[in-house]
Amino acid sequence: MDKIIEVRHLRKTFGANEVLRDINFSGSKGEVVCIIGASGSGKSTLLRCLNLLEYPTSGEILYHGQNILEHNMTNAVYRTKLGMVFQQFNLFNNLTVLDNCVVGQVKVLRKDVASAKKTAMEYLELVGMSQFINAKPHQISGGQKQRVAIARALAMEPEALLFDEPTSALDPELVGEVLKVMKNLAQSGLTMLVVTHEMGFAREVANRVMFMDSGVIVEDDVPEVIFNNPGNERTRAFLKRILEK
Amino acid sequence: MPADNSFLPWVIFIFERYWPLFLRGAVNTLIISLTGTIIGFFIGVVIGVIRTIPVEHNTGVLTKLGYKILNFLLLCYIEVFRGTPMIVQAMVIFYGAAMIFNLHLSPLFAGIFIVSINTGAYMSEIVRGGILSVDKGQFEAAHSIGMTHSQTMAHIVLPQAIRNILPATSNEFVINIKDTSVLNVISVTELFFMSKSAAGNNFRYFEVFLITCIIYFVMTFTVTRILRYFEVLLDGPSVYTIHGSQTVPEAEIRIVGRE
Ligand SMILES: Nc1ncnc2c1ncn2[C@@H]1O[C@H](COP(=O)(O)OP(=O)(O)OP(=O)(O)O)[C@@H](O)[C@H]1O
Ligand SMILES: [Mg+2]
Repeated sequence: MDKIIEVRHLRKTFGANEVLRDINFSGSKGEVVCIIGASGSGKSTLLRCLNLLEYPTSGEILYHGQNILEHNMTNAVYRTKLGMVFQQFNLFNNLTVLDNCVVGQVKVLRKDVASAKKTAMEYLELVGMSQFINAKPHQISGGQKQRVAIARALAMEPEALLFDEPTSALDPELVGEVLKVMKNLAQSGLTMLVVTHEMGFAREVANRVMFMDSGVIVEDDVPEVIFNNPGNERTRAFLKRILEK
Repeated sequence: MPADNSFLPWVIFIFERYWPLFLRGAVNTLIISLTGTIIGFFIGVVIGVIRTIPVEHNTGVLTKLGYKILNFLLLCYIEVFRGTPMIVQAMVIFYGAAMIFNLHLSPLFAGIFIVSINTGAYMSEIVRGGILSVDKGQFEAAHSIGMTHSQTMAHIVLPQAIRNILPATSNEFVINIKDTSVLNVISVTELFFMSKSAAGNNFRYFEVFLITCIIYFVMTFTVTRILRYFEVLLDGPSVYTIHGSQTVPEAEIRIVGRE
């Protein structure tokens, strides 16, 4: 299998607080991996380490076999290969929907504006937001913002997309539209690493589910096993708590 | 010249006689404060951007040290110019340049220079505050699509920061219109200086300075209005058009009170 990313013995500490300890996993092309776990277990920190928004304390992140913490691959180039979708959308407030999806292509990928706009339009179409290209972020709803954020990430044509609780900041009635887009992306073969509390999504869409607890990956298996027959006591306790809600 | 001491005839007399003087004074005041504010703004942007450069995990020791020294020097500049009166700065710079560097500055040039670096000190902190107040998520989103720190600054953060500090910048401009009056101590022929000579010639201080007062107020009031209008223009339309809606090409969605 074509491993896009492999993490080995990754650690991250904030002062004395060890948030990630000895994380090991890999993600292959076309895989959809969901990360679940209690609040504070280090899920966001893991994603943020993967695209270097936080710098790992130790360990290796191999991108196609090359350790990006060691080699002098500039962070900017590597980051364009992994797109990121944030819980708080983080659309560029000063730019229109279209320009949000264009600016990176032009400034980072050095594409000309016309072809950047064409690409942007394709992805905005894909997430159903092509009507709103002239709107500013504060003029659209949360679900629409998140769909634009997904289009913005896709427009950079990354090898994989990282999602950090993409629906957690949304009103319940807006969650569906974003999950639908994500489901379509998964089915189209996009490699995705998704931190989520949407157990239905994880069960239905994921190829693998990783359960994290206090900075370690406790269990990493296919969703059938994680949800129906988890091997670890902590996984069972977590799922019980979640499903009781 | 009015025969008696009556108020209104004196005001009219002085205005008729000295309006070219007032006009030249007002124009100089505007030139100095406008130029000073613009240059000060750019100084502020440059320093504000420098002072918010993040130290990365891979920044070299020498770069870090150089950056610390630069930051310290900039901080000295900011503190000194914010911590002393502009009237004193004017004296020190104007006479200091003459004595130490044998540099005899024209009062107008010296005036613009002093207002610029004085405003620059204030604007540096205003811009820095503006940059720091932009949501951290904006930086992270920009980094996540591979933009460098300078690209992020130029295309994402500064446009938002500058929009947010426009009111503070207008305020600096208005303060400068008023505070250029202190430049009369180095004989800059701004409005206050002109008024003083008109008043001295006739020993009519109240009448002259009443006119001066009105002129200052008209200038600051007009400038405030114009800049406010400019801010509204910059915000762009509060309405966006639906793209490619074929049945109703001019279809619009009005968003009310959403921010
Ligand atoms: N910049 C930081 N400085 C110090 N501690 C941090 C920092 N970022 C995260 N932490 C700590 O790391 C731990 C894990 O945080 P993280 O955000 O990764 O959790 P999470 O699993 O994403 O939780 P949630 O489900 O609430 O998003 C928390 O205890 C948090 O307080
Ligand atoms: Mg989180």
